Amino acid sequence: MSKVKLPYLLLLPGFLFLFTFFILPIANLAQTSTQTPIADGDTGQYEQTLRFSNYLDAFTENQEQFARSFVFALCATVLALAISYPLAYAIAFKAGRLKNFLLVLVVAPFFVSFLLRTVAWKQILGEEGFIVPSLRTFGIISESTTLTSTSFAVIMGMTYNFLPFMTLPLYASLERIDPRTMEASGDLYANGITTFRKVTLPLSMPGVVAGTLLTFIPAAGDYVNAAILGSPNTRMIGNVIESRYFKIVDYPTAAALSFTLMLAILILVTLYIRKAGTEELV
Amino acid sequence: MSAHVKQKDASIPTIPVKARLSRWFGRNLIRIYAVFGFTYLFIPVAYTFAFSFNDSGKSNLVWKGFTFDNWKNPCGAPEVCTALGNSIKIGLLATIFSTILGTMIAFAIGRYAFKGRSSSNLLIFLPMATPEIVLGASLLSLFLVFQINPGFWPTVIAHVMFCISFVVVTVKARIASLDPRLEQAAMDLYANELETFRKVTLPLVAPGIAGAALLAFSLSFDDFIITNFNSGTLKTFPEFVYTSAARGIPAQANVIGSAMFFLALIIVIAGQFVGKRVKVPK
Repeated sequence: MSKVKLPYLLLLPGFLFLFTFFILPIANLAQTSTQTPIADGDTGQYEQTLRFSNYLDAFTENQEQFARSFVFALCATVLALAISYPLAYAIAFKAGRLKNFLLVLVVAPFFVSFLLRTVAWKQILGEEGFIVPSLRTFGIISESTTLTSTSFAVIMGMTYNFLPFMTLPLYASLERIDPRTMEASGDLYANGITTFRKVTLPLSMPGVVAGTLLTFIPAAGDYVNAAILGSPNTRMIGNVIESRYFKIVDYPTAAALSFTLMLAILILVTLYIRKAGTEELV
Repeated sequence: MSAHVKQKDASIPTIPVKARLSRWFGRNLIRIYAVFGFTYLFIPVAYTFAFSFNDSGKSNLVWKGFTFDNWKNPCGAPEVCTALGNSIKIGLLATIFSTILGTMIAFAIGRYAFKGRSSSNLLIFLPMATPEIVLGASLLSLFLVFQINPGFWPTVIAHVMFCISFVVVTVKARIASLDPRLEQAAMDLYANELETFRKVTLPLVAPGIAGAALLAFSLSFDDFIITNFNSGTLKTFPEFVYTSAARGIPAQANVIGSAMFFLALIIVIAGQFVGKRVKVPK
């Protein structure tokens, strides 16, 4: 076995697998997205007509859900960052010997099934949970206000469910910072806020970029939180794709929507990485 | 005791209580924040655990009384254990295949400089950057084209596909952190390449592979979106929770969720101890 061939041999089985079950399906999806129903065929029978206006139709029909997906995902990402950054900072710099233990605690809730956690939130925020009645007692929300079936619940659920994707990369990049850089900044008469703004935050940017991406991407394509915690008024593009597949059996539209979603995310991600200036994500 | 503290207070008259309080808050703000963060993280976990003891009958929505019955009989509710069994079987198969394929890729990319290395990295990154709904939907379309019915094996294939990238990233990180001198030392001691790999490299990378396998299993076990597209009539544990969410999930599901939580916690903590023991002294 020659040395030059070895890496290719190692790659071969895995890449064959990825080619067959990742690349090929995506190519097939692109192909499906321009099909139209056969004139007098059964439901679910389509032929290739290169009808690119499927995209236009799919987009104009579902503009609202597209916009909502991106707004919700953005809100969840910002909230997750606001929650995770101080948490990761505390674990990295203030935890002392408890560091590893706290890190395990951050990940631990996610060993309870994703679906169970979401259902738990539904019940906690629901009429029979403890939050709504106590908020009403204190007069913070009115008798008729509910927390479930709202945009708030969906965003909160997404924030919660994707939190480790934010916390772990943040922790990894904060932990790598040499504390002496912060001390040096203090020695040069920078106060705490200036040190954070000019030293800690810039040094932790790779973590911020990785974390926001890892949160935003699954959040934009999610439909579970919207299905469990939301209402028909909070439908996201994921819910539309899901129902196009399973309930309406409209594969071309579903494919066009999936492709549009993927491209939109890819474009946003590329622009974001350009702007944030970090290349070392992979 | 309190009198003593008071006296101490009085002995530093220059700093008023208010200023000292605000200084204490300033210094501990991040810790206080972390406590709130952890509370938020654990609310649904505590809820799920508490309601696993609910004497609730079929729908586990309101608290009806404490019982150990659900823990004594976790398979008591219909379908729970069939779904759990499916999830475990799929999880184990997906873990085995994705760990083998992913580790081979990780060695190729982590160890060799070859033509096409950066595009290989891209191919690994892409599935992670694609929304789950697109992965699930595109794979289903492919199976439909080849007239393969969704079910057990299509789900295993889907899981292997999305787990590979995570395995590669995890194992690659471990390979990158290896000290190359250890392998050079083995070669100096007349070990040939195969022996060096078997006796030095592989044992050193093993914790990374173990971690990757655990990650793959938990990703597979917890996956809903991709599974929902490719499992057909087969029901995994997350699918079971999703379909029964509307009418209230049985308390047995909470038992399984809680048990998984403690099991994972034990594995992670035990892993940290083992990791400490075998750490190579520097």
